Amino acid sequence: MSDEQRAQDVVLRLDGITKRFGALTANDAVSLTLHRGEVVALLGENGAGKTTLMNILFGHYTADEGSVELFGQPLPPGNPRAALAAGVGMVHQHFTLADNLSVMENILLGTRPLWKIGFDRAAARARIVQLARDFGLAVVPEHRVGNLSVGERQRVEILKALYRDARILILDEPTAVLTPQETDALFATLRKMVAQGLSVVFISHKLHEVMAISSRVAVLRHGKLVGEVATSQTDRRQLADLMVGAEVSPPELRPASPGPALLTLKAVSTADHGNAPGLKALDLALHAGQITGLAGVSGNGQSALADLIGGLERPLSGALVLHGETARQWSPRAAMAAGIARIPEDRHKTGTIADFNLTENAILERYAQAPFAHRGWMDWRAARDFAARVIERYDVRCPGPETRIRLLSGGNMQKLILGRAMEDAPRIILANQPVRGLDIGAISFVHGELLAARDRGAAILLISEDLDEIMALSDVIHVIYEGRLSPAFARGTASASDLGGWMAGHGFGGGAHAA
Amino acid sequence: MAEIIDILLSTSFWAAVIRIASPLIFATLGELICERAGVLNLGIEGIMVAGAFAGWMTVYSGGGLWTGVAIAMAAGMLFGLLHGTLTVPFSLSQHVVGLGITLLATSATYFAYRLALPEVDTPPRIEAFERSAIPFLSDLPVVGHALFTQTPLTYLAFALVVVVSLVLYRTPLGLALRAAGESPSAVAAQGLSVTGIRMGAVIVGSGLMAVGGAFLTMSAFNSFFFEMVNGRGWICIALVVFGAWMPGKALLGAVLFGIFDGLQIRLQQTELGADVPYQVFLMMPFLLSILALVVMSRRASVPAALMVTFNKGER
Repeated sequence: MSDEQRAQDVVLRLDGITKRFGALTANDAVSLTLHRGEVVALLGENGAGKTTLMNILFGHYTADEGSVELFGQPLPPGNPRAALAAGVGMVHQHFTLADNLSVMENILLGTRPLWKIGFDRAAARARIVQLARDFGLAVVPEHRVGNLSVGERQRVEILKALYRDARILILDEPTAVLTPQETDALFATLRKMVAQGLSVVFISHKLHEVMAISSRVAVLRHGKLVGEVATSQTDRRQLADLMVGAEVSPPELRPASPGPALLTLKAVSTADHGNAPGLKALDLALHAGQITGLAGVSGNGQSALADLIGGLERPLSGALVLHGETARQWSPRAAMAAGIARIPEDRHKTGTIADFNLTENAILERYAQAPFAHRGWMDWRAARDFAARVIERYDVRCPGPETRIRLLSGGNMQKLILGRAMEDAPRIILANQPVRGLDIGAISFVHGELLAARDRGAAILLISEDLDEIMALSDVIHVIYEGRLSPAFARGTASASDLGGWMAGHGFGGGAHAA
Repeated sequence: MAEIIDILLSTSFWAAVIRIASPLIFATLGELICERAGVLNLGIEGIMVAGAFAGWMTVYSGGGLWTGVAIAMAAGMLFGLLHGTLTVPFSLSQHVVGLGITLLATSATYFAYRLALPEVDTPPRIEAFERSAIPFLSDLPVVGHALFTQTPLTYLAFALVVVVSLVLYRTPLGLALRAAGESPSAVAAQGLSVTGIRMGAVIVGSGLMAVGGAFLTMSAFNSFFFEMVNGRGWICIALVVFGAWMPGKALLGAVLFGIFDGLQIRLQQTELGADVPYQVFLMMPFLLSILALVVMSRRASVPAALMVTFNKGER
């Protein structure tokens, strides 16, 4: 293809985009072009400004400087309607779907003039079904969105864009919530789209996915465009270096020296909650100086176990032995008093309070204790000092301790949570999905901290749905399945496929799965 | 027991039930529209007072009946505009604004009443809407006469249930409105204005509340008294929940309340009424409504974004 043809093929041109949120510069003079029929990956760590850039393109934010050109026409800023009309579709990281409406209603929302009455439902339905078939996006138009799996919801989001004849599709971290199989299906869909002349911007921080799907990679770091390369002429190593700005090396693994059991569960059962199974006479021992990995398919009792150890759930039967003594009263407060540090699964819902600032969030778990409170009065100076220490030591990127935490990216939020949990040198650490949705820089940081805590003598329970993560970090691995626990596998004694078998329920004997 | 059965079989009882339910239907639909778009409108009680006065005053000053309804609606929409402006673009607390509107609308109405009629002890009556029988249908036994010998405003109330249902479930406008109450970000992502939709819903909804108030002065009591709305607005808030935010079920709730209320008035006149303090009877419809609410609202799905403010561009 000649350069001139390439120039004609440009569907999107971002020119010198700058966007500031208070003291934070989220985008700093970023320029980017997108051609017809290509997938451009926008790569960068959390907080690098990828999502902000796309939200500007889509009109959710207005850029402070710079301009956007779509199909050769300038795009008026701050107007999602104009972007939609020009053929841009966006699949947000947090889906914009109404749970109580059907798939079809969600797709049709906003596609017709509000005051029009007559409508051919059957034709609209047929079109949705046709699009779904053409692009491999199986959905049932009548289903209520609230009942769909995450993968299905994403398909609805993509269909929304296609139904509006989008020519450019922006996918913000589309694979963060998908299983490997769903990711493969998504990639197949994207390839079909590109083959039909659509263009895709694929926002991600997962290198292997970027390598697999994109034809060009643009790398953002701290809001600046630091590199743009053809995918065929680069490799993961180079991209990682560009993204992080320094060479990344996996954390060093020293041999474990396990000590006594700090926390032991003896035949503990907990109540089921709806579809979420409780624990079924589960035995588990967490030893000092050892990382115990808990593998399993999501929804097999991981939450029940995490809630139990975190004090949110009480055992129905069985005993919980802490530092050699059976716990009588069990509550979140008791868990904290016993020196259990928690990294919760959902940092938005249970880990932080969105509209509290970093200082307040940093002391959430210990606000009523010294040094943060004296005789019932808050000592905000001590709290701020603590927050500042966490921010500094754990590299939380933020304008300052007075920032509301909702303004932080997920990775930085997680670093704050990690920091507040670790600052006290806890003896027992409950790490539930500690790196979900984080970029490689942050992941290696979190893993490094967990390993350091292990070497210091802490007992760590690592819960993750990512088997690679479990296998890389854990000294001992259990698989949880329908609330029951597999035997312990020491590091290196079970292969991924062995564990996969346990995760599918093989080896747990008859009973629960016989039907 | 036999007395209750007698009451239930009488035509006049059912006519009263429908008459009691009619203003509730207007106001409940109004509240339902607001809440479906994500705005709780606690101004309803005061807006009904304002509507009752505006409609009655218009007719008293020589205006036509339908002009009165229109003026009442306009008055309600004005308060809706105030409520919407404060709660939607300015994102103020919907509870505080709503209660404020109720106090403001009530007091402003009483003030206007005193200004208009400074020296009147007994409020004057007006020539209100007449009952008109619908041919054939009104000849059906018991229920026919009760349902189909009512004033035009009652017929309008029932027709509105159908219209609101159609708009909510069969038009793009209704879809956008429901989506604004479920997931405003989904609406904004489609390039629609959440603010516009919510403002519109609050204004129109408040207009309907005012017509509900006007029904009292123009189709039931034919005059205007202080305290005449008497908590009906709050009942409508409960009816929206009872109806699980669906117009048809809300209508059912309004009729049910009408039955309780009609029954208590008639029970007061029986032998039982001689022994039991009348306040107990007055409490009955409210108690039964609370009970019904408890039973019915178990499975109701609240609009997910009810009372969730939305401002574009905020993170």
